[in-house]
This record gives sequence, C-alpha cells and structure tokens, in this order.
Amino acid sequence: MPSSLALRVLLALAVSLPALALAGPSDDRERFVKFFEERFPGVPMDDYVYGALIANPGGREQYEQIMEFPPFLGDIEKGKRIWETPFRNGRTFADCFPNSGHNVVGSYPYFDQVRGKVVTFEGAINACLRANGEPELAYGERQPMGVLTAYARSLSDGMRIDVRVDSPAALAKYEAGRDLFFRRIGQLNAACAGCHVYNAGKIMRMEIISPALGHATHWPIFRGGEELMTFQGRFKRCMEQMRAVPYGYNSEEWNNLEYFLSYLSNGMPLKSSVFRK
Amino acid sequence: MTFKIGSHDFMRATAVLSIALSLPLAQAADAGTSTGQRLAHDVYKGNCLGCHQIPGDPSAVSLANIGPPLVGMRERFADRAFLRSQIWDPTARNPQTVMPPFGKHKVLTEQEIDLVVEYLYQY
Repeated sequence: MPSSLALRVLLALAVSLPALALAGPSDDRERFVKFFEERFPGVPMDDYVYGALIANPGGREQYEQIMEFPPFLGDIEKGKRIWETPFRNGRTFADCFPNSGHNVVGSYPYFDQVRGKVVTFEGAINACLRANGEPELAYGERQPMGVLTAYARSLSDGMRIDVRVDSPAALAKYEAGRDLFFRRIGQLNAACAGCHVYNAGKIMRMEIISPALGHATHWPIFRGGEELMTFQGRFKRCMEQMRAVPYGYNSEEWNNLEYFLSYLSNGMPLKSSVFRK
Repeated sequence: MTFKIGSHDFMRATAVLSIALSLPLAQAADAGTSTGQRLAHDVYKGNCLGCHQIPGDPSAVSLANIGPPLVGMRERFADRAFLRSQIWDPTARNPQTVMPPFGKHKVLTEQEIDLVVEYLYQY
C-alpha cells in the first residue's frame, strides 16, 4: 500500500538521518587514514604512536633505547603518589573513574550533553577534585597536573582510542576543532594541517614533521627526556611558533581541537608517557 | 585529497609575539656573512632554511625538503621583482602554499626583503 510504503520511507529516513548527519567524522577519518597510508606506505596504524619516528628508523632505535629506562620515571612516580594520596574525605582519584581509572583515557575527550562542552581527561581530573571538595589543579602545568596525568594516563596504556561524536551538538564541537586545525593563524600564516598533513614526514630544517594521525595517542611527552609537555602544551608551543596568540589551557578552542584530533586517532593504542627529542 | 586550508585569521595574526622578534640575530657579527645571508638563515627572520636547502651556500646547514632547493635563482626568476613578490606574499599566486607572506605580514621589512633577494640571487 502506498501509504504504508511512504511511512516506511519516512521511518527509514528518520532512522538514517542522524547517521547521515554524523557521517562527517568517520568520512574525515577515512580520508586521513587513506592519505597517510599513501604518504607512509607499509607503516602499520599502531605505529603512528611513534609520531615523526615512523619516518626515522635511526631515531626510532634511539627512542626504544631511551624508553627502556626513561629519565622521566621520577616524574611518573610523583604522579603516582598524587594519584594515590587520599582526599580529605578519604576517597581517591581512582574512585572517580570506572575500573579505578584503568583503561578509561581512550574515551576522552567526550562531549558532555548536559554542559554542552567537550571534557578532556584533565577536565575529568578537575571534576573529580570538585566533586570531592578539593581545589582544582591548574591546567597545562607541569606540576602537579602534568605529572599526575603522566601517571594516570599510563593506566590506560594499550587501550585503543574510542572517542565518540554521537549527537549534533557534539558534531558542532568536533567541527569547530577541525576548523581550527585547517585555519591559518599567526604572523607565519600557518595551519596545523599545513605541516602535520601536507608536509608530514618532510623535514623542517633538521627535524621530521609528525603526522596528525596518532597525535592524540602519547601524552604527555618528555622533551629531551625531561621537559614534560602536555597535549595542549604542545598546542600552545605550536601557536607561539606560528606567532599567534595562543588560546588558553582548557579553552573551548583547544578542547575542541583535542576532540577532533583524538577522534582522528580512534582505534590507535595509547602510550603514556613518551620521550621526544 | 580535498582538504583545504582555510582563510587566514587576521585578528589573531596581528597580535604578534614580541618575544620572537626581540631575540638577537644568531651569530650577527660573523666575518664574511652578508646581512642578507644572516636574515635568510635566521630562525626568527627569513628562516629560508626551515623549508629550503641552499646547496650553493656551504654555511646553509639544512636538510629541509618542504620547498624546492634555492638554486638557479637567476634562471628561475629572471625577473627580480617576481622573486621579490614571491617572498612578499606567495599566497597571491598559490593560495595553498605553506610559505609565510614575509612582506604582507611584516615578518621582514621591505629593506630586509631586498637584502634576502640579493643574497638568493647569488645562487
């Protein structure tokens, strides 16, 4: 019957419309993966955690040696102590997360429907402190947020990133992050994509440029083995280098960018923390 | 690949970090170096070596391969003004380029661009 057919078509549309609306992120990801597969033939997706080292076998060897006994173990140990020290109410960070904080980081950032904002893992750490009547930690700082997350993130090592963009409101944040990624900024007129997509694997003076795929997998990094840098700390450094005014830590702009980049790295294993030159 | 780099965010571009500009030129007084060469090599000025090799200049240490090597400049840019305009704003001809618009965004002064052109024209 025509009316029933029309109804079925309508129902089918109603079911498929949200899926269509959210096809953007998965299409984006597919295009990125395809692009990088062509750029770095034969490099397994799991290797993108090594960043620029996928194009630098000698550097990769040096990295593996340093990672056998990394110089930043002391900082991870400090983070462990903070993580395990009970709040004044006797509870701990572990009580704020499922599975006592093991294998959770791959779900971050997530879009909080109630607050209408993207929440990073660092945001969840501060939400935990708030909920327990403790003062929040400054975002992006080496101490204590940096070392705390260096340890807390390591509890999710090997977990595959599984960031969801599953509502129109979430999609808007994802798209805002993507827009920033492709937007030219600063006196040097550069977009993230200009280097980390189009010129990934090429050499800037003496350094190989890392691919955007996998960018979200390995934070914090310890530069030169000692200088802790968070993911958003890297955003800050990049924007400064492009001679733009950086957004702030935990700003909507950077949280959205982190959301976008993390989505791109979906399916890749987490590894915290890592050595970088 | 259909990714497009968006148009420039001028509001943020105008707020330049003064720290980057106030740092002294590296090895400013080396004997035998021209001002144009120093500007071209300096990370905070021309930084040509960030993206290009200059094989004709033994002191130009760089493995960069983002842009083409700067060789045969007189042949490739017979019109000197064309080379100058390419440095001043390369996006005018190629909107997708990653090369900064050194004149348009005042990364280099007009005089500094002339000196860089003079330096590059030797190779």
